[in-house]
Amino acid sequence: MAFDEMYAADGSVRPPYAGVAKWLAGVNPEQLERRRLEAELFYRRGGITFAVYGDTQGEERIIPFDIIPRILSSTEWAKLSKGLEQRVRALNLYLADIYGKQTAVKAGIVPEDLVWRNPAYRPEMAGVAVPHGVYVHIAGIDIVRIDGDDFYVLEDNARTPSGVSYMLGGREICFRLMADLYGAHKVAPVDNYPDELVSMLRSVAPRGVDNPSVALLTPGQFNSAYYEHSFLADKMGVELVEGRDLFVKDANVYKRTTEGPKKVDVLYRRVDDDFIDPLAFRPDSMLGVPGLFGAYTAGNVTLANAVGTGAADDKAIYTYMPEIVKFFLSEEPILKNVPTWRCRDPKELSHVLDHLPELVVKEVHGSGGYGMLVGPQSTKSEIEDFRARLKANPETYIAQPTLALSTCPSFVASGVAPRHVDLRPFVLTGANGMKIVPGGLTRVAMREGSLVVNSSQGGGTKDTWVVDL
Amino acid sequence: MRIRLQHRTAYIYDDPAGAVIQVFRRTPRNYDGQHVRHWRVDIDQDVQMQTIEDAFGNIVNSLSFTRPLDDLSITVQGEVETREIHGVVRGAIERFPAGLYLRETHLTQPDGALRKFARDSAGAGEPLERLHKLLAALHTDMECDPKAPELPATKALAAERGTANDMAQVFITAARSLDIPARFIAGYLLHGEANKYSASVHAWAEAFVPSIGWIGFDPVEGISPSESHVRVSMALDHLGAAPLRGTAQGHLEERLEVTVLAEHADHAGFRQQQQ
Repeated sequence: MAFDEMYAADGSVRPPYAGVAKWLAGVNPEQLERRRLEAELFYRRGGITFAVYGDTQGEERIIPFDIIPRILSSTEWAKLSKGLEQRVRALNLYLADIYGKQTAVKAGIVPEDLVWRNPAYRPEMAGVAVPHGVYVHIAGIDIVRIDGDDFYVLEDNARTPSGVSYMLGGREICFRLMADLYGAHKVAPVDNYPDELVSMLRSVAPRGVDNPSVALLTPGQFNSAYYEHSFLADKMGVELVEGRDLFVKDANVYKRTTEGPKKVDVLYRRVDDDFIDPLAFRPDSMLGVPGLFGAYTAGNVTLANAVGTGAADDKAIYTYMPEIVKFFLSEEPILKNVPTWRCRDPKELSHVLDHLPELVVKEVHGSGGYGMLVGPQSTKSEIEDFRARLKANPETYIAQPTLALSTCPSFVASGVAPRHVDLRPFVLTGANGMKIVPGGLTRVAMREGSLVVNSSQGGGTKDTWVVDL
Repeated sequence: MRIRLQHRTAYIYDDPAGAVIQVFRRTPRNYDGQHVRHWRVDIDQDVQMQTIEDAFGNIVNSLSFTRPLDDLSITVQGEVETREIHGVVRGAIERFPAGLYLRETHLTQPDGALRKFARDSAGAGEPLERLHKLLAALHTDMECDPKAPELPATKALAAERGTANDMAQVFITAARSLDIPARFIAGYLLHGEANKYSASVHAWAEAFVPSIGWIGFDPVEGISPSESHVRVSMALDHLGAAPLRGTAQGHLEERLEVTVLAEHADHAGFRQQQQ
C-alpha cells in the first residue's frame, strides 16, 4: 500500500488534511463536477494548453486540473525547503567545479567519463566566469514521498524547467473556485513568484549595470511551453523576445525597438543550449542570436540558466548527488535519493536484467517520461523489447525500484479516490541567496494505479498548499 | 623553416548586408613545433574587433556590423618558424584532460560502418601502431577533394571522398570509436619548392597515446604533420576550430574570395627579398 497523504494507516485523518476531509464530507459529486468544469473552462479561456510531443494529431490540449488541493504542513515544508536549498547549492558548486578547477573528478567523486563525455557538458563553458558564480538560477526539483518521514528526489531539472505557470494558474483557480476551502486554511502565498523571479534575474546582471533590463527569450509560439513564456514575461513585466528580435554588436546584446536598439542585460532564456547561438553551437539554428555566446563569455549579458547546466542534472549524475552534496558542503544530504542501479556497471546491469518486471528503467538523458519501462505495467513482449535495447546500450540507462509514490485524494470519474502524485518546487538562486515560494507544481497520475505523472503521459496537476496548522 | 603567410578572405555583398557578424580563429600560437615571430589581423572596414581566448585556448576574433555593408575583407598575415617534431605535439595549450576528447559531436558520431572501418583498419596492437594503420587506410580509401561538400564523418567516409576537414573528422571519429582521444586541428599547409611556394587552408587530427602524448596525423598527406604544417586552432570538430564562422542578415548574394599566399622565408630567401 502506498503512503496516503490524507489517511494514516489506521484510517484516521492526518492533521494537515483535517480541513480537506471535513470539506469533502460536506460536498457531493455534482458540486465537485461543476467546479471541475469551471476549472477546465478557466484553463481554456486562459489558453493554458500544452502541446504533446509524439502526438500525431499535433493538437494542443489542456492538462487536467484536479480541484482538490494537496496539503503540506509548514513543518513538513520547512524540512523540504532546507533540503532543496542544500541540493541546489550542491548543483551550483558541482557545475562551477566541472567548468573550473575539476576537483570532484580529480578526487574520484564522479567518474571522469560521466563528466567529459556527458552530452550536456559544454566544453565551451570551461573557464567562463558566470556572474556571481550562479549556474542554476531556476531549478525544478522533482520530489516524491513514500512515507510520512522523508522526501526523495526523483530528478533534478537544472536546464529550463517548466511548469511554474501551472502552479500559479492552479492557485488562481483554487482562490476563485474553492474560496470556502481556501478561506478555512492559512495558505502560504505563491503568487509572488514572478516578482521573486524578476528580482533574482536583476540581481545577477553583469557587474556595473545599475538598472538592468531583463527579457525572456522564447523559441516561439510552436514551443510546447510558449504559453508559460508569455505568461511569465507578462507577470514579470519584461519583454518576451525571440532570437530575431535581438542582435549582437561589439559583444553586447540589443533588442530592436521602434525607438532604436535597447541594450539587454539579463536573458531568462527558455531556448536550449544547442540553439542559442548558431556561431557557437548548432549552425543550423534559427532560434538563437548570432554572437550571443560571445557576448555572454565577454560578461556583457547574463543567461539564466547558464549554458551547460544539463551536465549536472542527468540521471547518471543523479546517482552521485549524495556524494556531491557531502563533497562540496560537508553536510549529510537532507533529501534522499531513490535507490538507483547504474546499468553501466556490469554487476548492477545483471541485477536489473534479472528483475525487469519489477523495475522502472529510464534513459539517462531522457525526459518527460519518454523511452522508459515501467516493469509492473508492461507486457511480456514490451519487457523483452526493452531488454534488447538495454543490453545494446547499457550505459544509457538507470533502473529504480517501482516506488509506491504517495497518494492524495483526487476527483476522478468514479468520485474522490487516491491517486499517485509528485511535486516540483521551483528554487531560485540569485546574487542575494536563494528563494523558494512555498509549494510547487503537484503532478498527479489521473489513471488508477498509474505511477507516471508526466503531462505528456496523461498526468494532471493540482494546487499545492503549504498551511500553518 | 620560416614560413610567411598571408590569408585574405573577401566578401562582396550584392545587396548591402544588414547585420554581419564574423567570428574567426586565425591566429597561430606557439608550441614546440612552431614559434610565431609576428602575426597581425587587418580588417578593411572601420570596426571594433573583439579578441578572446576560447575554452580550448584558441584566439578568437569577432566583428559585428549593424550598418549596411557592401564588402568586407579579413586579412591575417605573419611569420611562423616551424621545426620538425615528428608529429609529437608538446608545449601546446592544454585546457582539458585527454578524456574530454572522447566526446562525440553532431559531426563526429560514428555509425556501424565507421566503427567497422576503424576496427578493420587499425587491427590489434599498440595504440600508436593502430593509429598509423588507421591513417594509412584512410589516406588510401578516401580521396581528398577540396570541392566536396562538407559532411558529417559517417557520410564523408561512405562517399569515399571529402575535404581535408572531412578526412580529419573521419580520422577523429574512428579513433574515438577505438577509445583513443582525438581532436581536430585547423591550420595551413605549405606546398611546393624554393621560389614557388604556395599554401592552403588545411586540417588534420591529433590523437592521444598515453605513453607519448598528443600526436598529429594528416590523413590527406598520409603522414604526421611536418615542418610544412602551421597549427592554428584546435577543437572537437571542424565547427569548434573553424577558421571562420559568420552570419549576415538580409536577402543577399555573397561572393567569397579566399587567397592564401606563402613564402618560405629561410634566411637566404628572406634577405634576398629584402634587397
